[in-house]
Amino acid sequence: MRHSIVSLLLNAATGHRRWPRMWRDPEPRPHYEAIVVGGGGHGLATAYYLAKAHGVRDVAVLEKGWIGGGNVGRNTTIIRSNYLLPGNVSFYEASLRHWEGLERELNFNAMVSQRGVLNLYHSDAQRDAIVRRGNAMRLHGVDAELLDAHEVRRIAPFLAMDDARFPIRGGLLQPRGGTVRHDAVAWGYARAADRLGVDVIQQCELLGFEIERGRVVGVRTSRGRIGARRIGLACAGHSSQVAALAGLTLPIETHVLQAFVSEGVKPLIPGVITFGAGHFYVSQSDKGGLVFGGDLDGYNSYAQRGNLPTVEDVCESGVAMIPAMSRLRLLRSWGGRMDMTMDGSPIIDRTPIEGLYLNAGWCYGGFKATPASGWCFAHLLATGESHALARAYRLDRFATGHLIDEKGQGAHPNRQ
Amino acid sequence: MSARPGAGARLADGGLIDRTRTLRFRFDGREYAGHPGDTLASALLAHGVHRVARSFKYHRSRGILSAGFEEPNALVELGEGDARVPNTPATTIELFEGLDAQSQNRWPSLRFDLRAVNRLFSALLPAGFYYKTFMWPAAFWERVYEPAIRRAAGLGRASGAPDPATYERSYGFCDVLVVGAGPAGLAAALGAARSGARVWLVEADCRAGGRLLAERLAIGGEPALRWVEATVAELESMPTVRVLRRATAVGRYDGGVYAILERVGADRAQSAPFEPRERLWHVVARHGVLASGAIEQPLVFENNDLPGILLAGAVRAYANRYAVLAGRRVVVATSCDDAWATARDLLRAGASVEAIVDQRPAAARGPGAWAPDGVPVETGWLRRARGRDRVRAVEIEAASGRTRRVACDAIAMSGGWAPQLQLATHLGERLRWDGAAQCFAPESWPPDLSGAGAVCGEFGLAAALAAGARCGTGAARALGFRATDLVLPAVEPDRPLQTVPSRAARAVRAAFVDWQNDVTIADVQLAVREGFAASEHLKRYTTLGMATDQGKTSSLNGLIALAEATGRRLEELGPTTHRPPVVPVTIGALAGRHRGRHYRPTRLPPAHAVAADLGAVFVETGPWLRAQVFPRAGDRGWLDAMCREVNTVRRAVGVCDVSTLGKVDVQGADAPEFLERVYASRIATLAIGRVRYALMRREDGFVMDDGTVARLGERHYLLSTTTAGAVDVYRHLQYCRQVLWPDLDVRLASVTDQWAQFAVAGPRSRELLGRLVEPGIDLADPQFPLLAAGSVRLGDGTAARLFRVSFCGELAYELAVPARAAHRTLERLFEAGAPLGVAPYGLEALGAMRIEKGHVAGNEINGQTTAADLGLGRWTTKDGDSVGAVLARRPGLADPQRPRLAGFVPVDRAQRLGAGAHLIALGAPRDAAHDEGYLSSVAYSPTLGHWIGLGFLRRAAERVGERVLAHDPLRGRDALVEVVETPFVDPRGERLRG
Amino acid sequence: MRIPCPFCGLRGHEEFVVDGDATVTRPAPGRPDAPTAAVRFVYLRDNPAGWHREWWFHAFGCERWIVVERDTVTHAVGRVWSAGDPAPGEDR
Repeated sequence: MRHSIVSLLLNAATGHRRWPRMWRDPEPRPHYEAIVVGGGGHGLATAYYLAKAHGVRDVAVLEKGWIGGGNVGRNTTIIRSNYLLPGNVSFYEASLRHWEGLERELNFNAMVSQRGVLNLYHSDAQRDAIVRRGNAMRLHGVDAELLDAHEVRRIAPFLAMDDARFPIRGGLLQPRGGTVRHDAVAWGYARAADRLGVDVIQQCELLGFEIERGRVVGVRTSRGRIGARRIGLACAGHSSQVAALAGLTLPIETHVLQAFVSEGVKPLIPGVITFGAGHFYVSQSDKGGLVFGGDLDGYNSYAQRGNLPTVEDVCESGVAMIPAMSRLRLLRSWGGRMDMTMDGSPIIDRTPIEGLYLNAGWCYGGFKATPASGWCFAHLLATGESHALARAYRLDRFATGHLIDEKGQGAHPNRQ
Repeated sequence: MSARPGAGARLADGGLIDRTRTLRFRFDGREYAGHPGDTLASALLAHGVHRVARSFKYHRSRGILSAGFEEPNALVELGEGDARVPNTPATTIELFEGLDAQSQNRWPSLRFDLRAVNRLFSALLPAGFYYKTFMWPAAFWERVYEPAIRRAAGLGRASGAPDPATYERSYGFCDVLVVGAGPAGLAAALGAARSGARVWLVEADCRAGGRLLAERLAIGGEPALRWVEATVAELESMPTVRVLRRATAVGRYDGGVYAILERVGADRAQSAPFEPRERLWHVVARHGVLASGAIEQPLVFENNDLPGILLAGAVRAYANRYAVLAGRRVVVATSCDDAWATARDLLRAGASVEAIVDQRPAAARGPGAWAPDGVPVETGWLRRARGRDRVRAVEIEAASGRTRRVACDAIAMSGGWAPQLQLATHLGERLRWDGAAQCFAPESWPPDLSGAGAVCGEFGLAAALAAGARCGTGAARALGFRATDLVLPAVEPDRPLQTVPSRAARAVRAAFVDWQNDVTIADVQLAVREGFAASEHLKRYTTLGMATDQGKTSSLNGLIALAEATGRRLEELGPTTHRPPVVPVTIGALAGRHRGRHYRPTRLPPAHAVAADLGAVFVETGPWLRAQVFPRAGDRGWLDAMCREVNTVRRAVGVCDVSTLGKVDVQGADAPEFLERVYASRIATLAIGRVRYALMRREDGFVMDDGTVARLGERHYLLSTTTAGAVDVYRHLQYCRQVLWPDLDVRLASVTDQWAQFAVAGPRSRELLGRLVEPGIDLADPQFPLLAAGSVRLGDGTAARLFRVSFCGELAYELAVPARAAHRTLERLFEAGAPLGVAPYGLEALGAMRIEKGHVAGNEINGQTTAADLGLGRWTTKDGDSVGAVLARRPGLADPQRPRLAGFVPVDRAQRLGAGAHLIALGAPRDAAHDEGYLSSVAYSPTLGHWIGLGFLRRAAERVGERVLAHDPLRGRDALVEVVETPFVDPRGERLRG
Repeated sequence: MRIPCPFCGLRGHEEFVVDGDATVTRPAPGRPDAPTAAVRFVYLRDNPAGWHREWWFHAFGCERWIVVERDTVTHAVGRVWSAGDPAPGEDR
């Protein structure tokens, strides 16, 4: 059933008893043309674009739990393309363009809301870096505006501008940045992929690969063997474990990133704002909660939870930036497993095993990348060739030295 | 006992309130009065005020549901102006004189709320309706739909202003932490404390007792509160025990760390002087005892959200603790024995019980299910409540199918009690449904945590006391204390609750499962129909359990409804994961004192006061405050001051405080070998008494930091690092020493704070220093040439170090003195230099001069550049195995096409340059494909009289003399620039040699 | 999380800086496969879900780098020893 105000009205008349399932609950078939491992945003988007853009509809998405249960359902919902380095700007900008048309593409309102992303700066050196980045964006045709302190104050009068440890001198605004209702992205892709014939198979855990003479021919799962000669891994958070089943070691560590939401309040913060004097980013959801986050806890973790010092550190930055946050209350905090690569940028590439493809290492920028990641990974799975947008995200760049290190932190995944 | 006529719903006597004092308060602008011991909720109920809120989505009238922190409905804004706090449950607000509360999420008023029109459209607003519409036209989402949704959503209003209150963080350590001072918690604390163990007992309420405060129970033949008071008194008399009231354990973290929020000033409008509003405790406990009790669950029927419909235990709490009748004609509806006690307590207080409706057939009821004669008892359930802003009647559907209508002004309902196990799951532990106890329980308790009382499904006083005592003594024994068993006072034998799963209504839109998020049973069924049948999917699709109460009164009913809709059993459904905190926590309390100007420590170099006296303007550089410029009267801005300072240095002598540079003392027989390995530059050849510029690489081959290495002795070196790199470099050096090469004989110490350092620069610097050092020390070239380093004694006896290094390109020295001598030495430099025309110079002048000399700094050493990129390839050794040497040879790093450092000057010398502009060949399209580099640092050169810049450009070495475009669309400021060699000033370094 | 520093005793983990995998060893200089070995050392990680060994630096304490055995799933902390020492019970 198509979603629209008309269908909503018709269904209201029948007590909403006729809405169909958003996606089927199929039994896995013995063989597919392609398998995507991981029913998160990236995996579901990959399956959708395989079916939609490449006509490959004989596809299964294997999810060990329930779809959207990983980072697509536990991030801070920010979308933006305000990157510095060439490989990144064009990729994330392509992603942002997908976001802009996503609702019509999927017939599912994921509440893509372009209320702007504002990065604050506090020193001359930060201004220089932000100008360099903003100009890189503009050269890529991406919207970017430099704001002085006066302009920042005008759009965000609640910021601690001067009476602060690190006074705010200005900011870089990307007006087209914003937020998306994160869960809806997984559901929207799943529903749209399902309608094109993709089997979204939940409660199906990958146990191993079947590899014959260096080529993958299928997977063993908790629901039996499934054959396929093209298999894409999109299971960030567990990439190392899954890759290890195929004998691969990755340049990835898994870390915990906490996220936070406050109690709901009437509109206070217009768009997304990031602090420059500490790692902190915040937006306000349509329900009214302030959604915010900060740094990694710093240690390797698969626990999906962090510890108190980081909670406090993030709240310190929040109150330092927006003093009015002090009197609001933290409602929930949670943690996600981050595939942290050694240069802070993702990997979309072939692996040494023929037919096995890798989409991993999204650090904590994976959510905004969802559409472009699916788009490029589908291209790779369908054609065997890297998409032009993702050509920089090679697995061998660590050996060749063609790193994409936005922050210049080097091989310290916990500082990326 | 009976309700006092004409005095609202307050009973004539009884209750834990102080009737000798009256507190005046306001709600929605109207004045009321209450007593100490009241909550805002009980005081409003005493005045017959039931409707206190509007619901989130449909703006239905809502009343007070509970008597505790689980309250989903009665959220209010407290205080005004910058002190306003939204979303506080009225049931947790202790009444104080002058309290001022407002209802929220209604417009224009609570009584007349225009948004209640949403109720008319409720058929159009089922769960997830927004995913299905608002998609056309696309531009309308941000401009029309979303702003409307955002205005309508949200609960109360944030003050929007800085918080005037203060908060603090404290740390505690104990052997046994007991959470909850109900009967189980008190017994546990006593059992552990008598063994000598250090015990903390934390209670969220303002007084100990837990559920005993709300009941009419006896312990040892006396009212239970006597035992509570005696127990608390004994605990508080022990030096090893700490009892915190108004303190909620909100989170459990790894290693036995608990976050405890103490609401210090919760009982008054303003905190006492020097007292925080709230205090966040980190308590490290070797063992935790969870005695956090249980929360009663509502029943699901149509219009179950009307004001006047309360939890049965809350009705009992209002009657017994606050002496307030929630209604005079009450229907009690239940699926367990417990609510029958509400009927009895209400009758005793003089109210009328119109009916007791029990879902269980008579045979399934326990011994607690008895009522005095004359109370009608019905086996059945509630079908629909009637009323608009207050319940007026209820339709009861008997098991036989017969329906009758009963008039009432309140309903006391109970769907059983759900243990408050949040803390037991914060480290990822799972819960399972215990069919016998009809509640969730941990699959297993972690070794350092145990539970006692209702939290374990042990509903009953005797069981709670016994379990508490067992847990307390058991925990103490396990930690090595000798604990003796408690002799417990006699209590009435417990009666089992005999709960049955409460029956959920069929698809009824106004049968609420989650009050605060307006989720109905129909929403749950719709979600299941659409495939959201996993409990986490249900939660996310319907928002069930995601409100400020985190599902305390809704998650269980949601799961029951999910089980019914999917034909599964509760045993098969896991509950959704609870996330800390247990109750919402003030963000300011988590930030503590680290806010505003104290957000991060401010580091001051030891002679900071001297710069302040000289009128310096300071600027934040990382944790430090450093002098930016020293303005003088007549300066038109910082540029004038900077130019004057540069000119002083280039013509006479200037002094700059460079104490913030990192300094590391390195000693040991293997110190030369160690430094040879950690620096990319050659160190082994450095002679004693000499200093050298050196580059340090990360293991990945990129430049990490630069600085100097001075050899003070055969086995003694002093390194300097950049200000920004000081901490990381020192840690890295320790890593190299301890982890990579533990066998080398080297010792490291950071001496950044121990030594102050001043750059003394300019043609007259030698003359100035000559006036400071002890007579007889010759600083002339043969004795102290360029790159000499050594100890000198100053005239006042200070043992100092002197380095002949120059960042600005002039004859210059850096003079280091112990931090304690910094102030007087800097003053002395200015005194002695006055006749020579000395002036202080700040970061702006320092920066301009280093650009004039083509030196790199943080904008260039940004973690993305190689030594070759920086034009510093000559400072790296070709061979050897220093850190980063191998990976620096990777093709991506060794690529000659990488942008290299060069100098740039505007072709039109009057034009200014901007750092961050990108470099594009003349005539090439201005797009990313033709981006060839960027300007990293720019400055106005007072020496040259125009702007200059450093930047990175592809094949820069071949392009000297070429003109390129410095493209700055962000600022709309393009400049035609010429590629030049650096340094800009004194390229042959003649001035350096003095 | 609490880390039992072998020099300072049980301390909150916020006193430490954690930086990296302690199961990889810097390749000896001059070996023929130096570039590949260096890439493995700097970039490739087993990244176990379970027990792991990491380097922690007691920045606000003794300034010692220590090896901490820690379970990355449960955050349980096991054995701890100083840099330069063999693991307890293991030969260097």
